[in-house]
Amino acid sequence: MQIRLSAFIRKEMLHILRDKRTMLVVLVIPVMLILLFGFTVTTDVNNINVAVCAPNRCHAVSESVNRLVFSSYFRFKGYVDAADIDMTLRTGKAAAVVVFAADYATSGLFQLILDGADVNTASTSQAYLQHVILGEKARQSLFEMHQLYNPQMKSAFNFVPGIMGMIFLLICAMMTSVSIVKEKEVGTMEVLLVSPVKPAYIIISKMVPYLLLSCIDLATILLLARFVLDVPLAGGVWGIVGISVLYLVLSLALGMMVSNMARSQIVALLISAMVMMMPVLFFSGLMFPIENLPWALRWISYVIPARWYIDAMRKLMIEGVAFIGVMLEFGILLGQTLLLIAVSTKKFNDRLE
Amino acid sequence: MDNVIEVRNLTKRFGSFTAVDAISFEVPKGEIFGFLGANGAGKTTAIRMLCGLSFPTEGSGTVAGFDIMTQGEQIKRHIGYMSQRFSLYGDLTVFENMQLFGGIYGMSEKQIAARAAELLEKVQFSGHRNDLVGSLPLGWKQKLAFLVATVHNPEIVFLDEPTGGVDPITRRQFWTMIREAASSGTTIFVTTHYMDEAGYCNRVSIMMDGRIKALDTPSVLMKEYKAESMNEVFVKLCR
Repeated sequence: MQIRLSAFIRKEMLHILRDKRTMLVVLVIPVMLILLFGFTVTTDVNNINVAVCAPNRCHAVSESVNRLVFSSYFRFKGYVDAADIDMTLRTGKAAAVVVFAADYATSGLFQLILDGADVNTASTSQAYLQHVILGEKARQSLFEMHQLYNPQMKSAFNFVPGIMGMIFLLICAMMTSVSIVKEKEVGTMEVLLVSPVKPAYIIISKMVPYLLLSCIDLATILLLARFVLDVPLAGGVWGIVGISVLYLVLSLALGMMVSNMARSQIVALLISAMVMMMPVLFFSGLMFPIENLPWALRWISYVIPARWYIDAMRKLMIEGVAFIGVMLEFGILLGQTLLLIAVSTKKFNDRLE
Repeated sequence: MDNVIEVRNLTKRFGSFTAVDAISFEVPKGEIFGFLGANGAGKTTAIRMLCGLSFPTEGSGTVAGFDIMTQGEQIKRHIGYMSQRFSLYGDLTVFENMQLFGGIYGMSEKQIAARAAELLEKVQFSGHRNDLVGSLPLGWKQKLAFLVATVHNPEIVFLDEPTGGVDPITRRQFWTMIREAASSGTTIFVTTHYMDEAGYCNRVSIMMDGRIKALDTPSVLMKEYKAESMNEVFVKLCR
């Protein structure tokens, strides 16, 4: 007697297809997140309001101010008096004020006063402003700065790998764990366990449809990243796909782990959110650079799979490293995947008793 | 007569608590065996051991000719099971549920289609073949759960309180289905709370605190306990 796995996978497919709302969420949320992070939630500096304080409006000053006016990064907000600088920043009329020395023409001295309430914008616009005002002279300075791989400092480049690390975890781990726990909660698992289905079949048939779904997401995200956000995918598509699929499998295994721990769908959701999402946000370098973390937290980040995945994806997509260059990350992810699968299969079998 | 279930001193302990305490009985082929008992008497634990869901702490036995200690997987292939809770998939249609469980037991698509048509015809439900199970009334869901449990023609069907929360008319119809299945040679092992239903069984056992206190045909039990109904037998035993 041959148990037909196909009958089982068909059942899981039907569950997903019938649940239109969830499917919509799974397919639309990634697109929304990517576009949202790509266009709105951005640390790019654009249209920064800048005021100028120049006690002596000589030729050199107006030349510099002209460059400011014609720069797309800044919006020139007019001249202010030295006494009004503080008010200008406080009222938000401008986020930065450029103060030219009275002898700017000869000394070239100027001062930047920035609204530090928003540290990110302040530090980025500082660099930009310096560049724009110095103009030609910037090239004569003592050192020259080159930012490779992401010369325009587009934040989409930074976010896309991070979001991928998050979305796949969300879909694969959260969805599979909830769908396994749901069967326990509703009582259908009991009937499945009395039937001759092997636990492995139950698990595989749960994984396959979600793997397919997230592959669709992977394709959508890569297309959006490449053609809408202009992320280069410099290291070759196949390497990116390869490591992503590995990460998908790892997330599925994580989902199984969670389903072993949780008895209700709510708990499964909570564990997924707290135990999996939070570390991704904090330890993956998505929001804060890992190098800035205290050493204890940095050690924690080493066991977070998303961290390695996101690292590898940045290298592959933006730096254009060939697949060989991410072998370390790939190896670690592979090891983690095998470990998770081994542990969760074992636990799943034990729970049947 | 062939016994399809035979157990000797079946015992299950959880720590220091003995849920099932050395029960022994046999069930011949084609019998409707009522497995009665108060809540917490150990019925469900006993059924779980018979179905290969949990290992007995002590004792021995066979189900459908297979050893419950070592051949759990074989047993699973030869039994059907309907749980206390409604356990079909509400987001699948009547037929898709049958397709799934038929597939689990290795039936081909053709066999499943034929068997589904036959079963649905018997209960005059063919018109609802493609209805979502979740949209059906409870009585029908329970009847369907029974049909699905027998879709692969198992030797034994275990029914764990199949009629809980079902109206009296549907319950009667349900028992008609059970008797039909039994008359075609399927052994029925059923637990219930409703003592009037015990009358439908060929033999009943009454379990209390993990032990079987009485086991015989309903009429013999009523005589023995000088009772008018099985309900009275049960109450007298409980005292």
